[in-house]
Amino acid sequence: MKIIAAMSGGVDSAVAAARAVEAGHEVIGVHLALASNPQKYRSGARGCCTIEDSHDARRAADKIGIPFYIWDMAEEFHDGVVENFLAEYAAGRTPNPCLRCNEKIKFAAVLDRAKAMGFDGVVTGHYARTEIGPMGKTLHRAVDPLKDQSYVLAVLTTEQINGAIFPLGNTEKVDIRIEAEARGLAVAQKPDSHDICFVPRGDNAGWLRDRLGSEVGPIVDQSGTKIGEHKGAYTYTIGQRKGLGLTVPTADGSPRFVLKIEPVTNTVVVGAREELAVVQLMGEKTIWCGPSVGSAPLRGFVQVRAHGTPLDCTYYFDGQRLVAELDKPLLGIANGQAMVIYDGDRVVGSATICESA
Amino acid sequence: MSVYLDHAATTPIFDVAIDAMQVALRKVGNPSSLHSEGRSTRKDVEDAREIIAKAIDCLPSEVIFTGSGTEADNAAIKGLFWKSGKKVIVISAIEHHAVLDPARWLVDHEGAEVIDIPVNKSGVIDLTFLRDLIDKRGYEIALIAVMHSNNETGVIQPVGEVVKIAGEIPVHTDAVQSFTKVALSYKDLGVTSMALSAHKVGGPHGIGALILRRAYEIPALLHGGGQEREIRSGTLNAPSIVAFAAAVASKKYLADQVIELRKKFEAGVLASTPDAYINGVGADRLPGIVNVTFPGTQSDSLLLLMDSEKVSCSTGAACSAGVHRPSHVLLAMGHSEITAQSSLRFSLGADSTQADVDFALSVLPTVIARGRAANQK
Repeated sequence: MKIIAAMSGGVDSAVAAARAVEAGHEVIGVHLALASNPQKYRSGARGCCTIEDSHDARRAADKIGIPFYIWDMAEEFHDGVVENFLAEYAAGRTPNPCLRCNEKIKFAAVLDRAKAMGFDGVVTGHYARTEIGPMGKTLHRAVDPLKDQSYVLAVLTTEQINGAIFPLGNTEKVDIRIEAEARGLAVAQKPDSHDICFVPRGDNAGWLRDRLGSEVGPIVDQSGTKIGEHKGAYTYTIGQRKGLGLTVPTADGSPRFVLKIEPVTNTVVVGAREELAVVQLMGEKTIWCGPSVGSAPLRGFVQVRAHGTPLDCTYYFDGQRLVAELDKPLLGIANGQAMVIYDGDRVVGSATICESA
Repeated sequence: MSVYLDHAATTPIFDVAIDAMQVALRKVGNPSSLHSEGRSTRKDVEDAREIIAKAIDCLPSEVIFTGSGTEADNAAIKGLFWKSGKKVIVISAIEHHAVLDPARWLVDHEGAEVIDIPVNKSGVIDLTFLRDLIDKRGYEIALIAVMHSNNETGVIQPVGEVVKIAGEIPVHTDAVQSFTKVALSYKDLGVTSMALSAHKVGGPHGIGALILRRAYEIPALLHGGGQEREIRSGTLNAPSIVAFAAAVASKKYLADQVIELRKKFEAGVLASTPDAYINGVGADRLPGIVNVTFPGTQSDSLLLLMDSEKVSCSTGAACSAGVHRPSHVLLAMGHSEITAQSSLRFSLGADSTQADVDFALSVLPTVIARGRAANQK
């Protein structure tokens, strides 16, 4: 096949591209320039937005012996990922921009362009597996549970999965580094990126404050009584306990947690830990990564964070929303988080949490 | 088959230049040394200087060797600015970054003011604008820089007219693309300074020349041993200088032949892509450069596809991270950002052949079709 290797400048995508070449594909390396001014979003050696990263990607392509180009996806990234990230926070939700990037950029803008140009698919360094079976090509967890990225890929439709190649899903990260070393790839020991690539130094609150302002608002308890003040509601996270700056103690001395963020009134609601517990998750904007699910309840797992624990649940689709009934209560769920349903290690689909109870 | 159509970026070094360079590389002797080895190398350098002086029609003492065309442009723009004590720099809107960026640097660091001379749709500078500007503010102008021909479109500029209008104001011209391609006389043109580069004319990389009027001294960028009229210190790069001269002396570039190939290529492009258009058409142009806009495409997609078909061409501008940017030259000619980013530059060289042109034309229809499909996404 003729495929595009999306090369971030990191070790994973470099090894993925090398493996694709060895598998006999005709591979062309492409680095996505995601910031219109490449140093605008972050500085440092990690992430996917620096000049250094594009250089590292180029050198990896040289080593592998494939052509290399840079594709400017800055506008698409800004409109589809950064703006969405801000809008979600401004609306009091907690988004995951990596899912949006996979949904809108890597397996949409890039894959579409690649196909139009006569390529068959896109290879990336994501830790996930695909299998071909009676349901067609399906998306599965990687064998390395610590690196598994199936969660952030759960926004891919069957058609997108058909155009995706994930050569790393069967390998542990530690072995990828060894392999990169053996292949002479200079990025073998380059640190992993953990933070959001467009937020410098992982300072999410500061980044949001710069863009959304820091309007002071009330922190209230569940009865609506004001017990403190905050500087920008969106810098708080549901379930957060520390850094609330509250001086009025509770009657029994128990700690308070952030329960709710209300952007319209710029209010943060706090309360007892038990109030955070939910047993039902409901999500909108459902995407099926394989066959769709109906209203008949099914048993499986739901995961609500990129490296979160898979939780036993019963799930179904009510025609509008994806619903997961949890076997055990879960604490600290924010609207905007993605709920990803698994059947064993197969990704069934995902939705954006809009309500929990 | 692979076809190289990016000779304006760099052109293959001529065999005569490689031969001359190999001989020179094996010689010892700093051309500034006084012993026999030094004198011998010095002789080679001076022979080379005379060959280049003759080719560009200047005095040998007017040739100052530099590390690149960019260095020659920087030395001229900054040197002429500092020498004048005036603050206004007038440049054409389509200058190469080697002129544009030192001018901007002088704005940021030395209080200069830059005024762009606009160009018409064909990419030729507006002489009326320049005349009016000099009438109004001539006494403030430190220098005027207008390239002899544009590197993206090949459009030749009326530099002789600029010199006449300029009167006493110093004029610099970047003649990197024109040298050896079209008739070019430093003396007849009457400019104060001119930039040349070896690797565009069949010489090696890393050597250029600033042609600067005799006894017209400017402040230096590099200080040290006082070589090259104390304007460009640094041990002379004798092997590269010798090779530069050998390439120039070879007269291997046959302009008529290149023009004929270019015309065939242009006709072929327009025949297979009827809505394509050639930028700068109608203007006097260099023999080998064709800049084509393919509506409904993105040049970086086209370049990738051409490259896959083993045809090398250029998208023009890219930023430091390698991201394609709309060309300031095409924007100045009235392009929108979209059409400016739908353009490719093909450039032919001394060794380009009919077979090269035929092959490039044969892959073009598929490339354009795929490029258009990718742009719909």
